[in-house]
Amino acid sequence: MTTFTPVSALSGGALIGLAASLLMMSHGRIAGISGIYKGLLPGVEGDRDWRVAFVGGLLLAGLAFTWLVPGAVEASAQRSVGLTAVAGLIVGVGVTMGNGCTSGHGVCGISRISRRSLVATAAFMTTGMITATLVQLLMGGVL
Amino acid sequence: MKGLTAALTAGFLFGTGLAVSGMTRADKVIAFLDLADGWDPSLALVMVGAIGVHFVLFRLVLQRPSPVFASQFGVPTRRDIDARLVVGAGLFGIGWGLGGYCPGPGMVSVSSASPHALVFIVTMTAGVLLYQAFDRFLAANRTPAPAQDA
Repeated sequence: MTTFTPVSALSGGALIGLAASLLMMSHGRIAGISGIYKGLLPGVEGDRDWRVAFVGGLLLAGLAFTWLVPGAVEASAQRSVGLTAVAGLIVGVGVTMGNGCTSGHGVCGISRISRRSLVATAAFMTTGMITATLVQLLMGGVL
Repeated sequence: MKGLTAALTAGFLFGTGLAVSGMTRADKVIAFLDLADGWDPSLALVMVGAIGVHFVLFRLVLQRPSPVFASQFGVPTRRDIDARLVVGAGLFGIGWGLGGYCPGPGMVSVSSASPHALVFIVTMTAGVLLYQAFDRFLAANRTPAPAQDA
């Protein structure tokens, strides 16, 4: 259980929207994190520089917050590292198969009113809520 | 160089937004997805803030003839809803609800050297490569079957 934080949620969200707009203006690209990351993996030709810079920016933000705001980016879930490993594998398969994640479909896609992204967001919100709720009900949130 | 600075700034702003909003805290993500134990609706407001800003700015940006550092806008045009999209997104949600990480916050949190985030990014990368290999396998086997005798 965590407390409701409407101001930081809204302002952080606004920053995310601003960042996505900046990338669209500078490089004409959708700020979908899984898609940007996929383009960095072996087997993809060219078009890497802006991706490296963008991911570098993400990591720099993580460094800054680790240093300035303790607790902002550390793992604080009650989940085990083993379960997190399984979760990562499923996320990797899912975002590749479904062509996007929370950023590409959820933020950018819905802003464009894309039918595909609306359907994808409804799907991952539904299965995400079912999964987290089941882990809570069956295992008391600890797994 | 200016283009790279812009992309770096966009990434930094994006990561800052994730950290400010609470998306990098797996416990907060799970408290949003878990409806059984004192639901925390904060992360719905992250979506509201992000979409609210991008909905307007995206349309303003597209008034330009082209992006500043690229020849054209790369906006997806597909409209078909296929099983791949729904099953893939559904799977992603299961992983998200299990671990509390989606790709962006996972990457930002790597900088904290948290074992959870490091493990998440490593296995997520394995999942991406695994599905890409599976996809290539399917494509290779989709070649027309030889005509059958009789």
